This record gives sequence, structure tokens and C-alpha cells, in this order.
Amino acid sequence: MDNYELPDAMGHYGPYGGRFVAETLIPALDELNQAYQEAQADPEFRAELHSELRQFVGRPNPLYHAERISRRLGGAQIYLKREDLNHTGAHKINNAVGQALLARRMGKKRIIAETGAGQHGVATATVATRYGMECLVYMGEEDIQRQSSNVYRMRLLGAQVAAVSSGTRTLKDALNEALRDWVTHVDNTFYVIGTVAGPHPYPAMVRDFHRVIGDEARAQCLELTGRLPDVCVACVGGGSNAIGLFYPFINDRSVRLIGVEAGGLGLSTGQHAAPLTTGRPGVLHGNRTYLMEDEDGQILPTHSISAGLDYPGVGPEHAYLKDIGRAEYVAATDQEALQAFHELCRTEGIIPALESSHALAHAFAIAPGMRSDQTIIVNLSGRGDKDIHTVAALEGIHL
Amino acid sequence: MSRLSAMFAQLQQKNRAALIPFITAGDPSLTATVPLMHALVESGADAIELGMPFSDPMADGPSIQRASERALGRGVKLRMVLEWVREFRRSNRQTPVILMGYLNPLEAMGMATFAELAAEAGVDGVIIVDLTPDEGHEESALLKASGVDPIFLLAPTSGAARVRTVRELGSGFVYYVSLRGITGATQSDWPEVLQRVGELRRELALPVAIGFGIRDADTAARVAQGADAVVVGSALVEQLADCSNDQAAVQVVKNFIQALASAVQKPRSMQ
Repeated sequence: MDNYELPDAMGHYGPYGGRFVAETLIPALDELNQAYQEAQADPEFRAELHSELRQFVGRPNPLYHAERISRRLGGAQIYLKREDLNHTGAHKINNAVGQALLARRMGKKRIIAETGAGQHGVATATVATRYGMECLVYMGEEDIQRQSSNVYRMRLLGAQVAAVSSGTRTLKDALNEALRDWVTHVDNTFYVIGTVAGPHPYPAMVRDFHRVIGDEARAQCLELTGRLPDVCVACVGGGSNAIGLFYPFINDRSVRLIGVEAGGLGLSTGQHAAPLTTGRPGVLHGNRTYLMEDEDGQILPTHSISAGLDYPGVGPEHAYLKDIGRAEYVAATDQEALQAFHELCRTEGIIPALESSHALAHAFAIAPGMRSDQTIIVNLSGRGDKDIHTVAALEGIHL
Repeated sequence: MSRLSAMFAQLQQKNRAALIPFITAGDPSLTATVPLMHALVESGADAIELGMPFSDPMADGPSIQRASERALGRGVKLRMVLEWVREFRRSNRQTPVILMGYLNPLEAMGMATFAELAAEAGVDGVIIVDLTPDEGHEESALLKASGVDPIFLLAPTSGAARVRTVRELGSGFVYYVSLRGITGATQSDWPEVLQRVGELRRELALPVAIGFGIRDADTAARVAQGADAVVVGSALVEQLADCSNDQAAVQVVKNFIQALASAVQKPRSMQ
């Protein structure tokens, strides 16, 4: 694998990806694709994006050597890519800045987004304000209840939050509703999708805006350790932080890439959000990928302690990387993620997001079996402040 | 000649458009669907569009979303929908039946199996909302091979290249989405829609149906002047949602569809 170059012109990653949307959206996707290609080739756009990532987001963020926890585990050295230190507290802002700059370039004044945990909604609301655009965020009623502080954040930032009451009232339904809005207001509206799913060109575009994570991590690792990492670990819901970390390493065949899905209450219970681990290929939200669906092709409700991983699909590029064996996908349960959450809090003085805690859980599990001169990079995709109510409630504490 | 071609040929002689009502299979009850199909025909429907429920109907507005949710809640499965068509066909051999739905449940069954079973049951055409011609070559070939028409959508936003592709791949008729939006929304600019449909009828060698935004007899009458078929969905589905039993649902269909039918059945004044 020396020159991995996907997707193809139609947005396919092998059999995955593509465009499965209502006809009305096809011209909008063509327009978006062309605008994106032009922007990518425009040095001025790239310079502005770079400057925004430095000045507004706070990049580059550190690749932090978690020495205490590495010592305690007694195996590989664990390095944390500190996406939690970005403005708004997660990796989501990388993509939000990129797409908002593109929206501005295309002359779109209204931006819409879907959100699950609220991180992408907050990031989108933030950049909308930054660039003076109107912003409407769709969020499932159930997520609105469990992530009320992020709802308030979005409103503070001037965005409107629309409650979605259809289906399972979570992220997938928010995505449906945002697609419906886009079909209706396709002339003046830019849809900022928050993950590497959706119809082409979204999976490729969102990946490209997040590859800065892996590009930085790769250079930082070489600088700090003198060599490439042995393993990169990231949590996978839709898979944006994972693809951002993995992508620049795809041609480095010695580097194991491991995506960690939400194992929920355990894979055998069916109460989880692990389509790559347990699902099968199908079509949802504009692309072909692994899905959690029943035998009749109806999409199943998912469960995860972390709202950001609570999604029945996954980015099509992950589906492809799984099939060709370039990346491995495993699951960590709610319980394992919680344990890792507490461990990082107590050992390194960092409160991780529950999403990222899934990646930590797997890294902590494999590190002891590795040599102390080996390196694991974990994408610490977000900070855990948004999750303290969830964690406290589990301990019977009401904040 | 397929049932759809026969219907359009016959209506062309009468110089009028077809009325195609849409109902969601399994709503308002599991036992209602077949009686409703017959009631639609008795009330003046020329063909029937039957919705195959999906958990994530992203192109549908609230009325059809809720109908899908209710139907799935009652345990509707694709095989049941096909069985209802088969049952309808036992006493109705001429009215075309078109299934409308999303790709994933069809793929779960297997596209080849679905095409075969649909043909056997007496289905005449299939509209897959999230399958555009770019991705749908194989699927449309499988449907055609079974004798089922793959019916594609065109939108106000569709360009010339897209129209050419649909002319090559589609059959039966072409479904023109009359507005930028979802099912159940309202359209106000009918002159523009009818002008575009007039162009498409000349460019495509296929009849053109107009759907999305037709909610009453007046609008249906107007649209019927310029299209080969008029599809009415959300407005009917909304009324059916309120029915407490199958008899009430049949009565709703009779009242609503008879009014629409007499509006649509007037011969075209133009042309």
C-alpha cells in the first residue's frame, strides 16, 4: 500500500461510499464538490485555513507523553494527541472551520448542522458566529436532554437549536432532518456535516479537514521518539477523529491502526453502537457502509454511554479499511470506557471525553503486552467537561 | 404491453392525466391496506403507489414519516407488502401498482430476490427514493429483467445530462418532484412546474408524473392539465392517520379520492 488514493471520482471506497440521496440534492453535491476541489487547489484558501487553525483553534496542539500511565501499565509508551485542547474542546472544530470557510467562499449565508453529543453543533455554532452566518443545528430530543449544557452553549453562541422528535430522537434522526432542511433550502444553505459519513464529497472533505490531526501527530512522534508509532488508536462513531489520525499513516504499513467502537452494554446484548464489529453493509444517509440494521434492513436503535458514538453507521472509508485489513476495529464497553476515563483523570490530570475514553480503554488494554520502547498514539479527541453530569449521575451524584 | 403502458395509452386516448394516490403499506392498520387499494380504484384512482416503510425516510415530510413509523411499529415487513399486492391482484388485474421506498430494505432482501418477488406479486414499477441513476445501473437492470419498471425521479434542480441518463435507464414513467423539499410541503409556483414538465415530456420518451405538493382537488385539476399523472400522497396519508378503524379509512379514501378523480378526469383543455 504505497499510494492509497481514494475515493474515486464518484466517491467510492471500493464498494462503499457513493451518493444515495434524493435527486434534488445531486446538483448541490456537484456544486459542493467542485467548490471544494477549487478551494483545495487555491493557495489563498489553504493559507486562510491554516491561519484560522493557528489563531482561532489553537493548533498545533501537543502530542503529550503520558508517562505516569505508561509506567503504571508497564508496557508501550502512550502518547496523547491533545485535540481536547482545541478551541471548543474537541477535534470537531477542524472540520467546522474548513466547511464554514468553504460556505463563505460559495456565498452561502445560512448554515445547518446535525449534532449528537453537541460537540459538532457547538463547533458549527462557533464558526458561524465567527464568520457572521446564520446557524441552525438539528439535535435529537433525547440528546438534547442528556447534553443540555451543549444546547445552552450553542444558544449562547447565537445558534438556533431545533429539536428532532422523529425516529429514535438521536443523531441519526437529526441527520435525516438536516438532509430534509437542505433539500428544502438548497439554494442558500450550506450543510456542515460533522462526520466522515453522508454522500460524496462529505466523507473525503471531512477527512481532509481532519487530517491535520495525523499530519501533526506523525511529525511530532518522529520528533519526540525518532520513529513512527507502532499503533494509532482512536474511537469510532461516524469516525471523523479516527480517519483524521489514521489517514496520514495509511501508507506507513508498519503502523497498526485500531478503531474502537462503542461496545455499550456488551456486544452480545445488542445494546451498543458497533456497526463495523457486528453489522453488515447497507445504505444510510447517502452512502454505502457498515450499518446496524435488522434482518429487514431497518436501522436499529443504538446505545452508548457517549452520545458522540451513538450512531448506527460509520464513515465508508473505515468500512473499506476494515475490508482490506489496513485498519482493525474493536469495541470497548461503557464500563471499560468509564474505567479508562477515571484512570486518566487520576493519573494524568486530564478529563477525557467519554468518546475518547473508548480509545483510551483499548490502548490501556494492549499497552502492557507491548515493549517499553514501543509507542501508542491515542487520539484524545475531546475533553470530558461535557460528560461530568453523565459520570456523576452514574455515581448517584446530581450536580 | 405492461399495465403501466396500457394505462397511459388508454388515458392518452381520453386526453386526460392519471390519478395516482399514495398510501403507506400497513397504515392505518395491517388489515386496511388491501381494502384501501380496492377502495382507491373504485373511487377513481388509475394506479396506486404503495409506500414500503423505512426507519429513516430522509426525503419524506412528517406525515409520511409518522405513517412509516406506525407501520413499522405494527411489524410491517417487505414480504408483507408484496403479499398485499399479490392479494390485491387476485381480484384486480389491470390497475398498475407502484412501490415506493428506500434502498436499504430492498438490499437486505437482496435486489435480485426483490425484483423477482415483486414481479411475481404483480408489482408494475418501483421508485427507490435514494437511488439515483448514478448508483442504480445494476438495480434498474435487475428490475427490468423481471419485467418491473425502474422509475426514476427528476427534480427542478436536475440538469440536461441527468435527463439524458434517466431517458436511458428509466422505464414506465418519470416522477417529477415538483418542489425543492420533502413530501407534504406546499408548492406555489405551478406555472413554472408545468412549463418544465412540458419540456420534459418532449425530451423524455416517457410519461411524466408530478408529485410533491398536490394537496387538493383544485391543484390536482391544474396539474392534470400539464402532466401525464398526478400523485397525491401526504394529504391522503394525513387523513388516514386519524381513522379509528378500516371502515372509516375506506370512507376517507372514497370521499377524498372521488373529489380528486373528478378533478383529474376532465379532459385537457390545452395541447
